[in-house]
Amino acid sequence: MPRTSALQAMTLTYRRDLVLAFRHWEQVAQPVVFFAMVTTLVPLALSPELNELRQVAGGMLWIAALLAALLGLEFLYRADHTDGTLEQMLLSGQPLGLLAAAKTAAHWTACGLPLVLVSPLLAVTLGVPTEALCTLMLSLALGTGILSALGAVGAALTLGLRRGSVLLSLLVLPLAMPALIFGARAVDMAIQGEVARGPLLLLGAMCVLSLTLAPFAVAAALRISLE
Amino acid sequence: MDAEAGQVVHVAGPNGSGKTTLLRVFSGLLPAEQGGIRWRGLPITSDLEAYATTFCYLGHSDALKADFTARENLAYGVGLRRPVTAAGIDEVLSRAGLSGCHELHARVLSAGQKRRLAMARVMLAAAPLWILDEPFTNLDHVGVLLLSDVIAEHLDGGGAVIVAAHQPPAIPRHTASCVELS
Repeated sequence: MPRTSALQAMTLTYRRDLVLAFRHWEQVAQPVVFFAMVTTLVPLALSPELNELRQVAGGMLWIAALLAALLGLEFLYRADHTDGTLEQMLLSGQPLGLLAAAKTAAHWTACGLPLVLVSPLLAVTLGVPTEALCTLMLSLALGTGILSALGAVGAALTLGLRRGSVLLSLLVLPLAMPALIFGARAVDMAIQGEVARGPLLLLGAMCVLSLTLAPFAVAAALRISLE
Repeated sequence: MDAEAGQVVHVAGPNGSGKTTLLRVFSGLLPAEQGGIRWRGLPITSDLEAYATTFCYLGHSDALKADFTARENLAYGVGLRRPVTAAGIDEVLSRAGLSGCHELHARVLSAGQKRRLAMARVMLAAAPLWILDEPFTNLDHVGVLLLSDVIAEHLDGGGAVIVAAHQPPAIPRHTASCVELS
């Protein structure tokens, strides 16, 4: 009897999660709407002066994107846990870490990528010069990747809890702080016309580290949560 | 206790006696507090992933995605274990008595139809050992007879079945050995 290879199983899982996400398009839209709302509120609360907004734009965009990306994390494994499909994934004989990696990738595509794509539009309203937009998108792509990977660990750990969302934020946000520091710094440097190579490289390293290590942690956490 | 090829083991006992817990221990989802489970002589804890390929588990929940059609549910649920074709899915859906439901979303299926779909997943997965937790729940009279037939065919083909149920399952041509929990 031929078996499904691990790569095929990952592709299946990735496609399944994307199809499910887009059948609930409001879940996909929610982080984007949140991101847009927060960045629209900034000029109202601070100042409509573009020169002043430009000073805080990098930090504000990063905070808003990070919180927006945190919104959907709780449901990453919750639905699969409730309907029993997570149990079947565990019993499929496929490496659970790789399936978790595929789920994380799907979550990033449905949640992180839309944030990255709308960020230039929102950045321009905060007075960010067009030269800095590339750095902003790249930094956010890496940052939301880190958050998806770390968030998956948090989501798997808090799976058995009835109200896990508060604990999830408490677990994940402190771990994401280094990404916030370097990401906001990279955007700031780009806005001032400097080359943000250093912080971007550090962000990239953090992203690779979390993407490679998180799936194993997720797999271990899922096994504990399902006992 | 042992389960051999062609044998059906009936796990019986009152509510709360630990039937589901025992089945979850068999499937490797729960570690055994005492003793252990062996598959073909090897302890299952030595390689849980390889062991998982040898059996198919039907739990309390049907493991169906409400937003997926019957066909999509099988394509993923079984596709994770082995490659499946559209023809194979159609065949097993007809066998499970779900002929008109291929393109229906699982959320609009009745509880009995969901159970049949979950059972279709087990049938299509083609694993030698079936671990079934209350498979007859929500099934109508015809469904119970159909499932008993399917189990009998699986046993004839050299498979083994462990089934937790309140009523002793009436499997054609086979008698179940009973394990009573108290």
